[in-house]
Amino acid sequence: MPERGEGTIVERPLRLDYDYTAGLAQSRFLKGIAQKKILGERCPKCGKVYVGSRGSCPTDGVATDGGEVDLPHKGTLTTFCVVNVPFAGQSVECPYASGYILLDGADIPLMGLIQEIPHDQVRMGLRVEAVWEDEVGPTLQSIKYWKPTGEPDADYETYKMHL
Amino acid sequence: MVLRATGKAGSPFAAVLGRRPVRTISASGAAAYLGEAMRDVAIVATAQSPALRKEERRNEVEILMPVIHELRENAKLDQDDIGFTVSGSCDYLQGQPFAFVTALDAIGPWPPIDESHVEMDGAWALYEAWVRLQHGDIDTALVYSFGKSSPGDIRRILTLQLDPYYLVPMWPDPVALAALQARALLESDGVSEKDMAEVVARSRKHAKDNPNAQLKGDVDVDQLLNEPMYLSPLRKHDCPPITDGAAAVILAAGDKAREITDRPAWIRGIDHRIEPHSLGVRDLTDSPSTRKAGEVAGVGSGKVDVAELYAPFSHQEIILRRALGLGDGVNVNPSGGALAANAVMVAGLLRVIEAAQRIMDGSADRAVAHATSGPALQQNLVAVLEGE
Ligand SMILES: [Zn+2]
Repeated sequence: MPERGEGTIVERPLRLDYDYTAGLAQSRFLKGIAQKKILGERCPKCGKVYVGSRGSCPTDGVATDGGEVDLPHKGTLTTFCVVNVPFAGQSVECPYASGYILLDGADIPLMGLIQEIPHDQVRMGLRVEAVWEDEVGPTLQSIKYWKPTGEPDADYETYKMHL
Repeated sequence: MVLRATGKAGSPFAAVLGRRPVRTISASGAAAYLGEAMRDVAIVATAQSPALRKEERRNEVEILMPVIHELRENAKLDQDDIGFTVSGSCDYLQGQPFAFVTALDAIGPWPPIDESHVEMDGAWALYEAWVRLQHGDIDTALVYSFGKSSPGDIRRILTLQLDPYYLVPMWPDPVALAALQARALLESDGVSEKDMAEVVARSRKHAKDNPNAQLKGDVDVDQLLNEPMYLSPLRKHDCPPITDGAAAVILAAGDKAREITDRPAWIRGIDHRIEPHSLGVRDLTDSPSTRKAGEVAGVGSGKVDVAELYAPFSHQEIILRRALGLGDGVNVNPSGGALAANAVMVAGLLRVIEAAQRIMDGSADRAVAHATSGPALQQNLVAVLEGE
């Protein structure tokens, strides 16, 4: 037995692998992305438009199928953060800005990188548009990043309910 | 007086997840606490998804949503009419932290609902709902449970509920532990491999009448015994199938239950007991926790027409029948049981549903429902249901 205060460290590697089921709604969304379309789904009850819907309106608990909305590739940056600390598996060099983009006509934001603007000028209300990869597939990485449109910033009132 | 039960308690995953286990009040404890003031609580509506080997198209929310909608329609209740909502599931199945929270997307929890969750089979969520209804301030509760066993390796996942220091490093999975248990049983006394095969044949035969079952049909006992060993002394058919599915029930108290349905399935007794985590200190050929829970729930105080037992492995049904003192006159697992479909986290709640359904349709007057959790029948819940 070890003395009091001593201990034994045991390495115990542990790994679980999964087949991810995207589900019907996310499959519709990802198939849209593969055609350079950003498809939202409208809740039949409250009318909210979900982008990357998981199949139901989380407020009402009803299916969002049948309410497909082809959304514009343009929206408002509602919130963001500038990443200064490197972490494992990072694909972009620090510092960079990552934020929530509320597409025009959508009720839930998408997450994306904000580029073609110095990171210290990134701000809430910034109007941005999608820059697509040349080769697109059923993955959100098909959107390379979001860049400023040059339009005036959106009024806080227009997106304050989406923060 | 406030009686507060909470989820997560006793969860075999509690240690793994680092959650602090919280003490629950057992049914007997609650009875002692409340004296004669126990409220009559009944199952008034049920719904379940078909059991599928691999649900490749729909995610958990998409499986659950139609079940919840059908359930509330059956009871003619909206979510607003429900006093308490509680789920039983395991995030490890989905491989996503807080999967149990995202499942609420299927419920419609707005305006805000009173809601809880147990990281256990839905039968324990039903237990929490039953305790919550004893508080007396609400009359209805919705219990749901979902589980896709197919996305991950269910045998590896369930291994993680074992002692992480001494057992998990050896990865003894549930099939291996069941094989040890079956071997101990076969060597202890009059149980034979033929007895096990008979359980399987009856299960498959019963499942023919269950539109939601996964494995069904007429199989010959001798034929089963000619099958090769899978993990001795278990043959493949002694083990449960891998299943994806969801199920839900509505509980109601007193007159509210009679208002919702003509023949509620009254919960006359319910109790759950747990044995030590360490397999080495248990007698695997017996289930003292089931026996104790059965005594407290009152299994022996009347004739039992139907028993739905959550025995994922054929020999476990034999252990459970003995522990509950169920004789030959009892119709055991008319649904086909867990050998016909075994959506992990759902299968225990399904036993309660299948038992309740037989009370509600008038084909039985008194039924026993059993659920298990943990390795090799570690923890067991028993409920006695009756018609009026
Ligand atoms: Zn809605």
